[in-house]
Amino acid sequence: MKYVDEFRDPKAAKSLLKAIADKIEELGATKEKPIHIMEICGGHTHAIFRYGLDKLTPDGLEFIHGPGCPVCVLPMSRVDECIEIAERSEVIFTTFGDAMRVPGTKGSLLQAKADGADIRMVYSPLDALELARRNPNREVVFFGLGFETTTPSTALAIQQAATEELGNFSVFCNHITVPPPIKVLLDDPLMVLDGFVGPGHVSMVIGIKPYEFIPRDYGKPIVVAGFEPLDLLQSVLMVLVQISEQRAEVENQYARIVPDDGNPVSIAAIDDVYAERPTFEWRGLGEIDASGLRIRDKYQLFDAEEKFGIGNATNRRVVEEPEGCACGEVMTGRIKPMACPQFGKGCTPDMPLGALMVSSEGACAAYWQYGGARSAAE
Amino acid sequence: MCLGIPGKIVEITDPATNMALADVSGVQRKVNVTCVLGEGLDTLIGKYVLIHVGFAMALIDEDEAKKTMDTLNALGEAQEEFEAMFASDRALEGRT
Repeated sequence: MKYVDEFRDPKAAKSLLKAIADKIEELGATKEKPIHIMEICGGHTHAIFRYGLDKLTPDGLEFIHGPGCPVCVLPMSRVDECIEIAERSEVIFTTFGDAMRVPGTKGSLLQAKADGADIRMVYSPLDALELARRNPNREVVFFGLGFETTTPSTALAIQQAATEELGNFSVFCNHITVPPPIKVLLDDPLMVLDGFVGPGHVSMVIGIKPYEFIPRDYGKPIVVAGFEPLDLLQSVLMVLVQISEQRAEVENQYARIVPDDGNPVSIAAIDDVYAERPTFEWRGLGEIDASGLRIRDKYQLFDAEEKFGIGNATNRRVVEEPEGCACGEVMTGRIKPMACPQFGKGCTPDMPLGALMVSSEGACAAYWQYGGARSAAE
Repeated sequence: MCLGIPGKIVEITDPATNMALADVSGVQRKVNVTCVLGEGLDTLIGKYVLIHVGFAMALIDEDEAKKTMDTLNALGEAQEEFEAMFASDRALEGRT
């Protein structure tokens, strides 16, 4: 158990691992017939690999890595649209650094920047607002990206821009929501999922009630979890206990950060600024109903889709994934990253073909980073 | 992006826009505190918060702040957050 000694409390970790192993044995799960638990959040995927939790837990437990990495599910067409906006001479295009290397059909934002587009990496939408204040003769566009964790920040930035009447600021909105893709995965007859480890910081914003359909309609347990290895182990154990007691409920392991009702200020900002799109495209998963957000008409002055006539507001372009890229199958847990023919060949973190290799929260990047180091160590 | 980073509120810089200065492991960073206002701006000074992309999203205690920082360091995400903050400072100055 070489990894356990790195944990804050190795004794507690060993005791949790023992309890997990006992439950797996009690449930009769084996390597051939494992219990499948999906961690939805990309941050959890990263932590599971970093701490070797997949190796420390028994073979009868299999982690399925979910679609919770926002840059990984960004479709090629949206990347293309970012570049189209960024190439306009009046535009300063601002984005989180994570999105710079996501490939579109005509390259990435990083390549567009090298080709002369004014693209700047910002830490926060507040910095994009500040750029707009300092550059009144330029159009500053912020690439609004992410799940409910970052959605409130963009909403508050738009509200602030409206208060200041900052007419040269707009957001290219690509915010998406966590519950709809979970429903798609549960409706897929080929998916075998026995329970979920739910996202921590998304739930900090939306609370735990939006997951109630999982136990109610599908009879599966979900436990909202923190990011420390002990949080994750405890959450896995809570899922297994529910399975063994034939219960299916939403439980909150991360109550120290996640109020059951979420953050009311954030929820109010989201509701004020955004409306659901009828449908939104996810890389690897296709179109998912009511899974994306658009900026409400009352804030349309700050909507880059309206301002530049680019994006879902005007026309739709569905683009096929590059040949040989199996991101969709990895994303839905059908295959492991190593089974993709391009893994480590046509697709590496330096030259990603698919988006799962781009972000540290993507399953392929996690396999690459920690799988390589692990093989060398063993 | 999804993990955030803990910081300690040291000063309210602009009450009109709910902006405060946070100390993030020695790096001073302006953050918006609208989502954790609760009992008012002044009560936030000295409190620890979990910061996501420049917005304080949850109040946490000192022990939680330390545990979170340890996890972020282990994952290499703390460094990524700081690099993103520094890159943003450069972007504001037009040095990209």
